Amino acid sequence: EDKEEDESKEEDNGSQQNRASRRKNYQRKNRAGKKAGEEGSQKKDRGKTAPTKDQKESENKEKKTTKKGKEGENKQKKDRKNSASSASSNSSDEESLSEEELAMLMEQVEQKKKLISTMRNKPWRMVKKLSVLREAQDFVEKFEGALGKGKGKKLYAYKMMMAKKWVKFKRDFENFKTQCIPWEMKIKEVESHFGSSVASYFIFLRWMYGVNLVLFGLIFGLVIIPEVLMGMPYGSMPRKTVPRSEQATAMDFSVLWDFEGYIKYSALFYGYYNNQRTIGWLKYRLPMAYFMVGISVFGYSLMVVIRSMARNANESTADGDDDNFIFSWKMFTSWDYLIGNPETADNKFASITTSFKESIVDEQESNKDENIHLRRFLRVLANVLIICCLCGSGYLIYFVVKRSQTFSKMQNVGWYERNEVEIVMSLLGMFCPPLFETIAALENYHPRIGLKWQLGRIFALFLGNLYTFLLALMDDVNEKLAEEDVVKNLTHWTLLGHHNSSAGNDSTVTPPPLDPADVPRGPCWETTVGIEIVRLTVSDILVTYITILVGDFIRACFVRFVNYCWCWDLEAGFPSYAEFDISGNVLGLVFNQGMIWMGSFYAPGLVGINVLRLLTSMYFQCWAVMSSNVPHARVFKASKSNNFYMGLLLLILFLSLLPVAYTIMSLPPSFDCGPFSGKKRMYEVIQETIELDFPLFVAKIFSYVANPGLIIPAILLMVLAIYYLNAVSEAYQRANAELKKKMQMQREEEKNKRNNKTSTNPMLQDLEELLTPSTKTESSPREAGDKKTESPNGTSLVRKPGRGAALDGSPMASGRGAAFTPPSQVFVTQPRTLGIRAPYPGQPRPWGHPPGPVPGRGRGHPCY
Amino acid sequence: MGNKQTVFTQEQLDAYQDCTFFTRKEILRLFYRYRDLAPQLVPLDYTNKPAVTLPYELIGSMPELKDNPFRQRIAEVFSEHGDGNMTLDDFLDMFSVLSEMAPRDLKAYYAFKIYDFNNDDYICKSDLEKTVNKLTRNELTPEEVSLVCEKVIYEADVDNDGKLSLEDFQHMIVRAPDFL
Repeated sequence: EDKEEDESKEEDNGSQQNRASRRKNYQRKNRAGKKAGEEGSQKKDRGKTAPTKDQKESENKEKKTTKKGKEGENKQKKDRKNSASSASSNSSDEESLSEEELAMLMEQVEQKKKLISTMRNKPWRMVKKLSVLREAQDFVEKFEGALGKGKGKKLYAYKMMMAKKWVKFKRDFENFKTQCIPWEMKIKEVESHFGSSVASYFIFLRWMYGVNLVLFGLIFGLVIIPEVLMGMPYGSMPRKTVPRSEQATAMDFSVLWDFEGYIKYSALFYGYYNNQRTIGWLKYRLPMAYFMVGISVFGYSLMVVIRSMARNANESTADGDDDNFIFSWKMFTSWDYLIGNPETADNKFASITTSFKESIVDEQESNKDENIHLRRFLRVLANVLIICCLCGSGYLIYFVVKRSQTFSKMQNVGWYERNEVEIVMSLLGMFCPPLFETIAALENYHPRIGLKWQLGRIFALFLGNLYTFLLALMDDVNEKLAEEDVVKNLTHWTLLGHHNSSAGNDSTVTPPPLDPADVPRGPCWETTVGIEIVRLTVSDILVTYITILVGDFIRACFVRFVNYCWCWDLEAGFPSYAEFDISGNVLGLVFNQGMIWMGSFYAPGLVGINVLRLLTSMYFQCWAVMSSNVPHARVFKASKSNNFYMGLLLLILFLSLLPVAYTIMSLPPSFDCGPFSGKKRMYEVIQETIELDFPLFVAKIFSYVANPGLIIPAILLMVLAIYYLNAVSEAYQRANAELKKKMQMQREEEKNKRNNKTSTNPMLQDLEELLTPSTKTESSPREAGDKKTESPNGTSLVRKPGRGAALDGSPMASGRGAAFTPPSQVFVTQPRTLGIRAPYPGQPRPWGHPPGPVPGRGRGHPCY
Repeated sequence: MGNKQTVFTQEQLDAYQDCTFFTRKEILRLFYRYRDLAPQLVPLDYTNKPAVTLPYELIGSMPELKDNPFRQRIAEVFSEHGDGNMTLDDFLDMFSVLSEMAPRDLKAYYAFKIYDFNNDDYICKSDLEKTVNKLTRNELTPEEVSLVCEKVIYEADVDNDGKLSLEDFQHMIVRAPDFL
């Protein structure tokens, strides 16, 4: 019984709850009793170990504490060993390891394991890390086996073994995975030569390649391959046969190059697919699969883009719009540690120097009004110019597309007339971005912000071009739809007439033996759209490659070799070498992807072309960059979690979803080509499947779900949720801003105090103490406020537009992340450093209190 | 498993993988990089842990560090005795911290040590001046340098002792958009 008393006393000593409960369990079981002395020693151990353990848990990465923690560990370990050995000597059998001890051991083992897994995060020397690791591993090794009893022991050992295997497997898998990331070395090489901003383009390209590979697998595996393997063979139906009139030229290269002839009637385009409900012995529902794949291409892309955006937003703890640390950040983070090329390093040094000089100038002449006005004027001017350019290019494209429609009706048009649209669009894409860049030089932004503006403008250009192109195409489609009605009747009558003359009876069941090449065809607008987009994509690829070849490589060769016999220095003077145009390339990629998304429904083969394009451009551009480009004059870093590209991609994904969704929902499919022929709308394939292949109640549920009465409340609910989340994030942001303000005020106040201390004599200080606190509460915040308004003014030239353009990072995530970080910082840092000074009333509660009265209170406090 | 590499034992590799952010292949690659610096000094067999150190002149000539203005500081911080001479362990340590997988806290800790030129656990004004001069290759006038340093201290010194402590530094740098 005295043992029990002992136990309860120990419990009062403040050990943790679960340990106590375990001990109680132990008591109940082991009433029969064991040696009390052993228990006592255990407890002493525990008393010693508990604080160190707590320390370990609340470990912040400071050296001192870790050291202490480690000492504690060692001690603890020694004790443990002693006690364990004593236990084993005292009682020969394993039963002597009591439950309680086991629990403790288990805990320690777990702790050691945690230590092992976080070892790499410790700022220790490798030798120390290795030794600690070895000790921990030995410990785990030694005591893992001792845990558990009888059957439980075996199970435990088994579990441990599996866990070990699992860890090993995970590590191997990790090794394998990193080996599978393609082009890592290539990108690293580019990175070391051109800084991380250029490398970010290649990383983006690689990511895009991965996404496209998945899309390619989806489309090829579920649509193209089944149709080719199991569908009707080529030549068996009108839609799968080249018409008689085209057959003579169907194999000519000039025809194939325009994606006419045999290519037009191949599985690469929408028109080839049959509207048979099921094909082959698998009863594969191809129209259904076609539709679902079309949807899931968008679904998958959306998911991937959003997921990577969210991950980026989580990773980026910071948004750049903090005015507090301009100089500090410049000083400590401006060097790009990835640079490994002397030329780039030179540029970097120069750019750092100029940026320092700029901010010094800004700081010294913080209110230089006429300069601001001039700059504002220039910026407005630049924007006006660019808008003019955009409108002009939009009109040009509209004009050209309209003209091409008249050309397409005429016979005997030349090569230029046929390809006018593509040529004009490519030329615009080639010459407008440099023009924008020239105009943007007027604005004098920080290169990072400038890049964003530049990207935004080129994006607007491309988008405008794309949409004018689409609108014109839509006109075309409507024309074709009108034409189709005529042909439909004609086809019907031809088939009917033919059938009547040959067979005579019941024409609808047996297929007519008319040669499929002779059947009159509708225009099949889906294939036309697909062909247009494919041609645009291909011409875009060619123009890109030719630009790189001519604009970069030939230029570089010329500059390099003609320089020996030229009257001025070509390398330093006018032509010089080209810089790698990040914004143009990224935009080209994004825009191209938009085309792919838009076209993949009508031309399933398009994704295959795109995969090839991305693959070749990875090698080609890497080579071109390394061989013929020079690093940027103003090298700057791209921050790693760059959501700007992703934002553009998301936008273009959405925008390319719109026309596809419109055509699916509201245009009738062609009557004689494609998987949905014969239906009024394309989406009817789903209704059909539900009605024919699913039990009745599914159809019922579906009809309920599709009811507007359900959809509208659902949309409402979503809107409300968005509103609520938005409000919450705003609240977080406000709290964050408050905290920031508060910290700043404290610092100002502290600074004032320090200044007072040094400058004023004790007499004045006394006088101040005698003054009423109320006057001070008024004066000091104003002072602080003044200073605060002063400092943003000085920097607004550089920073403010950045805030406007900083689209990246959802406000929600960044707001919350930032809202949680500062207080912890305050708590960790402040009390320790301020502890020597007077008690400081504003300090210990950073949450939510209005910051107004704090400095006054702090100052009025008469204890400095 | 017939191991091809005899440079490290399996246990050593596992231990290194636990202690760094690298995979087995990367560790081996780093070892060969290390060995290539001085093939005559570094043995091909590390199973019995030979105590080889490479002098700073060799380490600093690596392309990764050659153009870095802080290369000497980096080597000093990561070397065991603070003299820039590195063992393989130090070498691995350095690249582990500089790799992109390392967490920001760890990087901030080492960045602080790198910028703390006189090893007094504070970044004081002289450290800042050295940093600026290294970053700009002495192209700023002394007045400009001192102005910049004052500004930095004004901005980042939370506890107002005229120099930056580790906490100040972390507080400032973890939020920087450029801090990799």
